[in-house]
Order: sequence, then C-alpha cells, then structure tokens
Amino acid sequence: MEDNEIPVFKKVATIGFSVLSPNTIKKMASAKIVTPELYDKEGYPVDGGLMDARLGVIDPGLKCKTCGSKLKECVGHFGYISLARPVIHIKFVSVIYDLLRCTCRECSRILIPKNKIETYMDELEKSEIESGLEGRRIKIKEIIKSLKTINKCPYCKSRQQKITLEKPTTFLENEKRISPIEIRTRLEKITDEDCEVFGLDPKSIRPEWMVLTIMAIPPVTMRPSITLESGERSEDDLTHKLGDIVRINQRLFENINAGAPEIIIEDLWDLLQYHVTTFFDNNIAQLPPARHRSGDPLKTITERIKSKGGRIRHNLAGKRTNFSARTVISPDPMLDLNEVGVPKLMAMKLTIPERVNEWNIEYLKGFVERGQNKYPGANYIARPDGKKKKITDETREQLLEEIQIGYVVERHLMDGDIAIFNRQPSLHRMSMMCHKVRVLPGRTLRINPTVAHPYNADYDGDEMNLHIPQTEEARAEAETLMMVQTQLISPRYGLSIIGAIQDAISGNYLLTKEGKYLRKEAVDLLLSAGITDFPRLSKKEFVSGKEIFSVLMPHDFNFTGKSKSGKEDVIIKNGKLINGVIDSSNIGGGKGLMLRNIHKKYGEAKAIEIIGAIFRLGTAVLLKRGFTIGISDADLPREAINKINEVLIKAREDVKKLIDSYHNNTLQTFPGRTLKETLELKILELLNKARNETGEIVSDYSNKETHMIIMAKSGARGNLLNLAQMAACVGQQAMRGKRIEKGYKERTLSCFKKGDLCPEAHGFIADGFKKGLNPKEFFFASMTGRDSLMDTALRTPKSGYLYRRLANALQDLKVEYDNTVRDSNKKIVQFNYGEDRIDVSKSDGGIVDVNTVIKSTK
Amino acid sequence: MKNINVKKHMLVPEHSKLTKKEIQELLEEYNLSLNELPKIVSTDPAIERFNVKLGDVIKIIRDSPTAGKSIYYRVVING
Repeated sequence: MEDNEIPVFKKVATIGFSVLSPNTIKKMASAKIVTPELYDKEGYPVDGGLMDARLGVIDPGLKCKTCGSKLKECVGHFGYISLARPVIHIKFVSVIYDLLRCTCRECSRILIPKNKIETYMDELEKSEIESGLEGRRIKIKEIIKSLKTINKCPYCKSRQQKITLEKPTTFLENEKRISPIEIRTRLEKITDEDCEVFGLDPKSIRPEWMVLTIMAIPPVTMRPSITLESGERSEDDLTHKLGDIVRINQRLFENINAGAPEIIIEDLWDLLQYHVTTFFDNNIAQLPPARHRSGDPLKTITERIKSKGGRIRHNLAGKRTNFSARTVISPDPMLDLNEVGVPKLMAMKLTIPERVNEWNIEYLKGFVERGQNKYPGANYIARPDGKKKKITDETREQLLEEIQIGYVVERHLMDGDIAIFNRQPSLHRMSMMCHKVRVLPGRTLRINPTVAHPYNADYDGDEMNLHIPQTEEARAEAETLMMVQTQLISPRYGLSIIGAIQDAISGNYLLTKEGKYLRKEAVDLLLSAGITDFPRLSKKEFVSGKEIFSVLMPHDFNFTGKSKSGKEDVIIKNGKLINGVIDSSNIGGGKGLMLRNIHKKYGEAKAIEIIGAIFRLGTAVLLKRGFTIGISDADLPREAINKINEVLIKAREDVKKLIDSYHNNTLQTFPGRTLKETLELKILELLNKARNETGEIVSDYSNKETHMIIMAKSGARGNLLNLAQMAACVGQQAMRGKRIEKGYKERTLSCFKKGDLCPEAHGFIADGFKKGLNPKEFFFASMTGRDSLMDTALRTPKSGYLYRRLANALQDLKVEYDNTVRDSNKKIVQFNYGEDRIDVSKSDGGIVDVNTVIKSTK
Repeated sequence: MKNINVKKHMLVPEHSKLTKKEIQELLEEYNLSLNELPKIVSTDPAIERFNVKLGDVIKIIRDSPTAGKSIYYRVVING
C-alpha cells in the first residue's frame, strides 16, 4: 500500500437475522442423512449416516469427500434430513403463538382491516425514527397485544376461536389440538404484506419456516467423536441426539407407509417433537431433559452457547492461556531488577520448545534423559509432523533413540529464560514486563522489591501471573520492548518509576551521613551488595560511608543536586560522593534525579545494575547496624510536653473568645459567608495552626537519632506529621471539609450541651496516639476512619470503570510522523501531539529544559 | 431570554474562516481530505457571523496550558 493511500473500509450498516428455509437447508447440505447407524463393521462411516464422510473430516490424514481438504482445513459441511411429519421449532414457539392468535383461522389474514394496515405501518416507521429499532419492536408488541382480543375477521367475517399454548409445543384451539401440519398451512397462508406488520421480512423469514419439515444436520467438525484410550469411540452429545431424531424419523416413515393406526403415528410424532426440541434446547421447563445412560443431561445446542460454561462467556469472553503460571509473590532484594524468582515446581511444568539441530542434539538429549521428574529435564518431544509424545519412564529410552534433527524438545524452564510477568489490574504498560527467570526453591514467585511499584504490588497476599513466550520471535520482541530496564521512565510523567524504597533509602542515608567503617567492614558490606570493585576504596584503615557509596558510582559520573531537606548540596565528582547525604530525592523513584542522570548518561542496563546495587548496599548497612523502631521513639522531654499543652490551652481559649464574639454578634463576617460559616472557618484555621505548632515543637525537641526520625528525614517512610500525631496531638477530624456536625440534634454526642461549639464537641483530638485518645476522641477518629474507608471502597470501582472507558476510547489513537494525533481511520484528533509536541517519556517531568540541552551540546 | 454574544465570552477562543487557498494549503500540509479534519456544526454559535457553507474550514486559536497558543482546524458540517 502506498504511504498516503487510505484503505477503503466497508462499514457494517446493519446486521440481519433470518430463518433457514427448507430450500436453503437443502441447498447448503452436502448429504442426506437417512440412517442412525454411524460406522459399518470395518469401522468406516456409513454413507447417509450421521458421521458421513461428506460432512467433513475429524480424523487426521483423511480427506473431506466434499471439498477435498484435510483436517483443520475443512470447516465441515451441513447435511439434512427430511422429517416424516412437520415439527415445531422450540425457539420460535412464542412467535408462532403470536402469529396464530393475530391471524384469521380461515383466511389467515391479519386481524386488521385492509385500509388500516397502512396506518399501522406508518406508526411503525415513526417509532423507528423516534427511538430506533428498539422502539419499533416495542410498537410491534403493542400491536400484537391489541389484536389478540379481536374475535371477528375483518376480511371473511368468520368467528375467531381462542388459541392457547400448552407448553412447550402444543397449540390448542378451543381445547382441541392443532397439529403442526395445520399450523404450518395456516402460517403459509399469511401474506407477505401482513408479515411486515409482525416485524418479519418475508424475503428472509417466512412464518411457515418456523415449523420444520427439513432439518439441517450440523457438520461432524462441530461434534467430533473422541477415541478413548481403550480404543472405543465416544460420540458427541449432539451426535447422540441426532441419532435419536433420525431413528424415530425412520420409524415414523415406516409406520406411515405401512398404514399404522393413527394413535401409534401420533405417539411417534410426539416423540420426534421431543427429540427435535431437546436437540435445540435441553433445558425446557416442562420437558424432562434428555440424558446419557449415566444419567447426566446431554449438552445440546443451546447449552453450548448459553450461560457461564457456554461459548460466549467461557470461550470468547474468558480466554485462557497455556504456558502460564500464577501464585503469591514475595520480595527478594538479592534478585536483579529484571529477574523473577520462579519456584522449581513451576519450572518443571512450564516448558520451552527447542528444536534439535546438529549442534545441540547431545545437549537436548540430556534433558530427555533426565525426563519429567529430574530438573532440568523435558516433558514432551514433538516430531517434525507435529505429533507430540510425552516423556515417561517407560518411553524415555525409546524416545532417546528416536530423537533426531528436526525434532522439538520441550525442556523445563531454566535460569535466563524469558518470561512476561503481570499483575492485574493491568492499567498501564508497566503492568506487564519481561523478566529473566531464576529458578529458586520455595513456592512463591519472587521479585526485587523495587519493581513492586510499577506493578503496584505488595506482599500481603498479592498474586501475579507469569507467561512463557514459546517462539524466538516472541522472546525477542518481549526482550527488546518489555524488559524491565526499558520501562524505567514512565511515559506518564517522564520520571523514573523505579527507585530505591524503604530500607534501601534509610540504609544509604545512614551510610552516607554517619558511616565510618574499618576497611574490612566496608569490604564486607560491598560484598553483601554484590560489588567486588574493592581497589576503588582507599587503603586507609578507616573508610567513610560516602567512600563506600562512591564505589557504586561510575568512574566518570558527575552530579550536583539537593538532598531532601533542600539545605545540603549533593555533589558527586568523578564518581566520588564529595558532599551531602543520599536520600529519597536522589535515589528514590519519581524525582530521584541522580538515578535519572545515571539512566541518561550510562543507559538502562547500567541504571538497573546500579539501582540493584544501591538497594542491596542499603539493606546490608541496616543488617549490620540494626534498625528498629519502638514507642520510645515518640518520647518527648518534659519541657516539650509542657509547651504542647500551653499551645493547646491557648488555642482552646482563643476558640472560646471566637465563640463568645459570635454569640455577642461582634464577629466580623467574611465576604460571601454567613456568620456561622465565618466562625467555623476561623475555628478550623486556629486549630490547624495549633496542631502545626505542636508538630514544630515535636520536630524541635525530639531526639534526632531515633529511627523514626531517620525514616521520615530520609524519605524512606512516614513524615513528621505522622510523628507529631503520635507524640503530641492528632488534630481536628474533618468530614467534607468541615468539623464534625453529625449525630444528635444540635450536638455530636449526648454528653455535650446542645449548641456547644467548643473544639472537643466537634472532633478536635488534643491527645496523641502514644498517650491515647479518650472515648469521645476515639469516637470521632472512628467516624472519619469509617468515612474514608467507605469512600475508598466506593471510589475504587467507580474510578476503575472511568479509566477503562477512557482507555477504550483512546486505545488506537496514534502519533503519526507529522506529529498529528490520528485515529485508526487517519482522522485528525490533534494537530500537534499534546499541543506542544513533547514526548513526555523523553522529557524531565513533561518539561524540556532548554538550558541543559544547550549545556550538553557545548 | 437575554441574547448573549458568545464570542465575547472569555472561554470562547478566537475563530476565523479560512480562504479557499488556505484550505488547499492546509490539506496539502497534513496530506488530508476534508472528511479527515475534526468537525464543527454549521449552527455552532461561535461561527454564526461567518455565514458558513458546508466544507468551509474554521481556524481556532486556543490558549493552551502546555504550548501557550495552539492552532486547531475544523471543517463545517451540516447540523
């Protein structure tokens, strides 16, 4: 196709459904079925039997008698049987019922006078224009309902009888049965013109086609027989059912020809009706379901499609895949970022096909020799013609001799194999990344804790899926496009989404801040992190933490940045950390600028290597030093507690003054607010200020050496506010941006006076978590806690659905080479991508810093 | 009801009509046919004063949070 040529699409304008006519069935059939026998004595299909060779192939090696193609190429061909007597199609009973009641029993005209038919049709057109096909259908239903009560034919003036339906398939007129033959003749007489009033297009649906005289026999390809291990053939449920139909049909023919009494014929006819009905649907309320000899009901056509186990929900909506695995995940910092730890049990079930050639035949024979139960072994071998053979203790020796060039060995998963790892919900492309396999003992899948973030995973029971690509192309594609290191920078905001977390941050913080180690200890630390580049350490007896950290940096790395507090400059010169401490603002995800620079300068492979090393070093430091928190971390000196109390008392007094001025009407109202609103705003402001003041006192007086503070300062976990809530004062509980007002009339709890506006009565918690809350405070905390719990529980599915709709609407938009955003029809959505043409994943947080670009070109 | 002049509203960006020649240039620049452009209905209040015909192209200059100003084109359709 030419580059600028736009392919012509055919648009689906409408979809029409119709009923097969007897003629169509005959025309599309390639065999007439006359006998219920399936195979002759030699085991070949009988001509005119249900497994007739003209209906398609289900045995490998055979050719279709109709089209000449082989198994899997031939889709199968229909056959037909002509029924001895007409039979009602169960799925059209309700339509037939409507038609019978709305047409004359004598002349079969619709019970609408000739001159009115047109007005009815006009009404139908009108409702279709107004509310679409759905509206038309509703209108048709209304018309049908209005016709049921008419008891005189406007054409031949004959009286109409009451027609009832005795479920499932018997129609009664005045308690007397109408035979399907009679029904069919009545339906035949309905004119084409009248059909349209019922919403049937007479060109594709004639009413009489709903009473079967000829039945289509589905091709054998949709009801294949299975050969059991004993060599016996087991037929499909549909074949069984069709056998019943053909058998009864033949008996009916014979009896009619022999002139048997009417009662016998009627009985057989009813039986034929039963079999045809259950062939289409074996779950009719009034009918006993047709059963196997074993007693379980047959799965016929409707059951194949319908409900959870049916084609739609099971096969189309719920596709499953082979070569995949799923279990609980757990963290393992000793794995590389792009590795995944796979339990040995899994590795022995998941396989990779390897084709045997001149050079690897001995190597692959080794796998076959070890077989299924020894790792690393192989589970199957496949011949070049596609025949698969299982490797068992019995077959192993024989297969080992058989194996030759061109065979395929399905060997166990091994270290270094490519796998795709996924956690649902797969909201962005980082939810599916490619990892290299590391086979490990145990029963969980393991990942480096730093890659938990892109998957949004934790280890409280999360499960993840593993997929093993089976072809070289698939593996190459996964490796180049989906490998963890290719996903370091999020396309959402152009910053790193993978970075050190938690222990790794506090560990490196402690290391670079206070660390001073014997050289031997330093070597020990580095070794724990998997680093052996010891010559870079100075030969002095003592080395500083900064020196140890510097070993991880590339030789020629230069960097200047700020630490989290913003006070200190972090300077790295020629791969040596000269000044500053390492914390979350440098090695963390998101704004981890140092990582971003390493990634830019040294590439993705080096970047993940360094992240992994930093992580392991951090944890090693903590392991050596010890790191723990306790209640005593929130201890404050007497002086601080007094100060906090002063602040709180002062705040309480200030609020009281405010409330008094409110009652005296001396309070100045804010513009656009009522007096009450002004008071509330002022109180909120005051209390928040008080809480912040206590927070400051806490951060001034608390011991800087406690691990809680270290975590907060390094950005590993928690912040100073959390600490203040523990040590000093939890603060005001707010619901919908206001103080708590819910509860009784004019008060929150019955222990307060009505109209009490003081802080305690509206959810101000003056105590800290360490001291403990009093019952009232606890109640208020529970209120907001419950509120936010409900909020998240309700918001998650809502926002998930919103996101899904957005993703579906935008999924095939594409940025073209001329920077326009276009849809799949090449229609323009944006003239310039994002209006500024910036590829966010190649920018720093969505911004192209021109100054750095200029600097880097110099 | 009070008659409101929408084009004076602060949120309504600047609209203008392209000449035949400009349309030709635009279509060539982006290698487009008219029906691949975004659409605007002829009854849109913002283009009332242009007396538009089917197939006219309207140029819209918008304020953009990312690029300052951004230019957008829409083709007039019936409606």
